[in-house]
Amino acid sequence: MNLRFISPKISQKIMKSVFWAAGFLAILILLIIVGYILIMGLPAFSLEFILGDPIDSGAEGGILPMIVSTIYVTLIAVIVATPLGVLAAVYIEEYAGEGKIVKTIRFGAETLASIPSIVFGLFGLAFFVVFLGLGWCVLSGGLTLALMALPTIMRASEVSIQAVPRSYREGSLAIGATKWQTVYKVVLPAALPGITTGIILGMARAIEETAAILYTVGAALTIPESIFDPARPLPLHLYILATEGISLENAFGTAAALIIILLGITIVTNIMVERYIKRMMGR
Amino acid sequence: MKYKMESIDLNVYFDEAHILKDVNLKIHEKTVTSLIGPSGCGKSTFIRTLNRMNDLIDTFKMSGTVKLDDEDIYDSKVDVVEVRKRIGMVFQKPNPFPKSIFENVAYGLKTHGMSNKELLKERVEESLKAAALWDEVKDKLDMSAMGLSGGQQQRLCIARTIAVNPEVILMDEPCSALDPISTTKIEDLIHKLKNEFTIIIVTHNMQQATRVSKHTAFFLHGEIVESGLTDKLFLEPEDKRTEDYITGRFG
Repeated sequence: MNLRFISPKISQKIMKSVFWAAGFLAILILLIIVGYILIMGLPAFSLEFILGDPIDSGAEGGILPMIVSTIYVTLIAVIVATPLGVLAAVYIEEYAGEGKIVKTIRFGAETLASIPSIVFGLFGLAFFVVFLGLGWCVLSGGLTLALMALPTIMRASEVSIQAVPRSYREGSLAIGATKWQTVYKVVLPAALPGITTGIILGMARAIEETAAILYTVGAALTIPESIFDPARPLPLHLYILATEGISLENAFGTAAALIIILLGITIVTNIMVERYIKRMMGR
Repeated sequence: MKYKMESIDLNVYFDEAHILKDVNLKIHEKTVTSLIGPSGCGKSTFIRTLNRMNDLIDTFKMSGTVKLDDEDIYDSKVDVVEVRKRIGMVFQKPNPFPKSIFENVAYGLKTHGMSNKELLKERVEESLKAAALWDEVKDKLDMSAMGLSGGQQQRLCIARTIAVNPEVILMDEPCSALDPISTTKIEDLIHKLKNEFTIIIVTHNMQQATRVSKHTAFFLHGEIVESGLTDKLFLEPEDKRTEDYITGRFG
C-alpha cells in the first residue's frame, strides 16, 4: 500500500479543518485584544470619565476634550481626503486610460501608503506647522491624517470603480448619456459600497493614528474652540498617559473609549452599506 | 421605401485585425433587418459601429461611411451623444442599472433633461406598456430591477431604450441569454415595435431571423456575402456559402 496516498475525502476534511482553524484563530485574536482592553478599561468608565475634563494631566477626571479632538481631526482628515481620493480614482479609472500618468499616480499612492506614520508626522511638522505657519493645531493634525488616509480611500475607490460591470457603462452611453452622466449617475452609485468601506478604513486609520499627530496637533488638555487651537486626540492622550506613567488605569479607559468609537463606526456603516446594497440589488 | 441607415465601404480594424471588409448595407425604415452569420463573422462589430459604441475601444479604427438618414454619423461635426440618442441599443446580456425599475426607465429621460415628475411617470408607464412589461411590474416600480427575471430584465432594457424615443433600435443577440418563453415574448415585442422604429437585430438563431425580420444580411469573415429580403435569402440563396450556412453545413 502506498503510504503517501491520502484519500481525497480525508484531505478534504483535513483542509477544511485547517481553513476553519485559521479563520477561528483570526477572530479569536481580535476578541482577545478587544476583550482585554475592555475588561481593563471599563472599570475606569463612568459618565464623569466620558463627559469630564482631565484633572492633573489626566491622572484624574475625564477625557471629553480628547473625544472631541478625535472627532475634529478625523472629520478634517475625511473631509479633505475623500473628495481627493475619489476624484483621483475616477480620473484614473474612467478618464486616463492605461498610460504613464496613471502608473505614476498609482505608484505614488502606493508609496504614500507604505510610508511610516512617524514620517508623515515629521512632514506635517515641517510643512503644515512650520512652513504654512499653522502651528500645532487641529487643522495641522487633521491635514496630516488626511495625507495618510488618502491612499487607502483612493485605492479602495479605484478597486470598486473597476468592479462596476462594463455593461452598466455601455447601457448608459448607448442611451445617449454623456461620460460624466454615466460616471455620476451609474458608476459612482454602483461603486458606493466599496468607496464607503474605503472611507471607513481611511477614517479608522486616522482615528487610531498616534505618530502622525504627535508633532502636529499639540497636546492641549482643553476642548479646542476652533481648528486653529491645539488639541489632544485619544491615541495621543493614551500614549502620553502610558509613557509618562501618569495613570495606567485611565490609559486603558482611553483605549477602551477608542475601541468603542471604532467598533461603533464600523458596525453602523456596515449596516448602512448592507441596506444600500440590498435596496440596489433587490436581494 | 426609404433607407434609414446605410453603411458605405465600411472597414473596421482592431489594431491590425481587419474585422469588417467593405461592408455595404442599406437598412429600410420601420422594418426589421436581421444580421446572421457564424461567431466571429463581425456582425456584432458591425452593429456596434452603427451607434459608435466601438469608439469606446482604444484600438478601433475605421474607414468608410455610416449614414443615419443622410448624415454621416462619423463626421467630426457630429456629437456622438446625439447619435446615441437617436440610435438605441439592447445588449446581449440584459444590463439594467442597479436602480429601481422606475429609475431604469426614467434614466434616459432624466439625462436628456426631463424633470417634470408627472411627465416622467407618464413616459415610464407608456414605455413599460410598449415593452409588454407594465402588468408584471406596475405594483413594484420602486423595487430594484436586479430582482427581475432575465426575460423581464431584457424587456426592461427595451423599455429603457424606447423611453427616449429613438429612431433606430439595435439589438445584439437580445435573446441569447433567455429561455424560450421569454424569447417568444421579445419576438412578439419586436413585431409590435417595428411599426414605430427601425430595428436591426443580430441573431445566431436562423429561425428567429425568419420569424422577425423582413430583410436579412449574411456575414462571413467580415464580409456581407448576401443580403436582401429574408424570405428570398432563406428560400433561394444566390450564394453557395449562404446556402451552406442556412442549411447548417457550417457555423
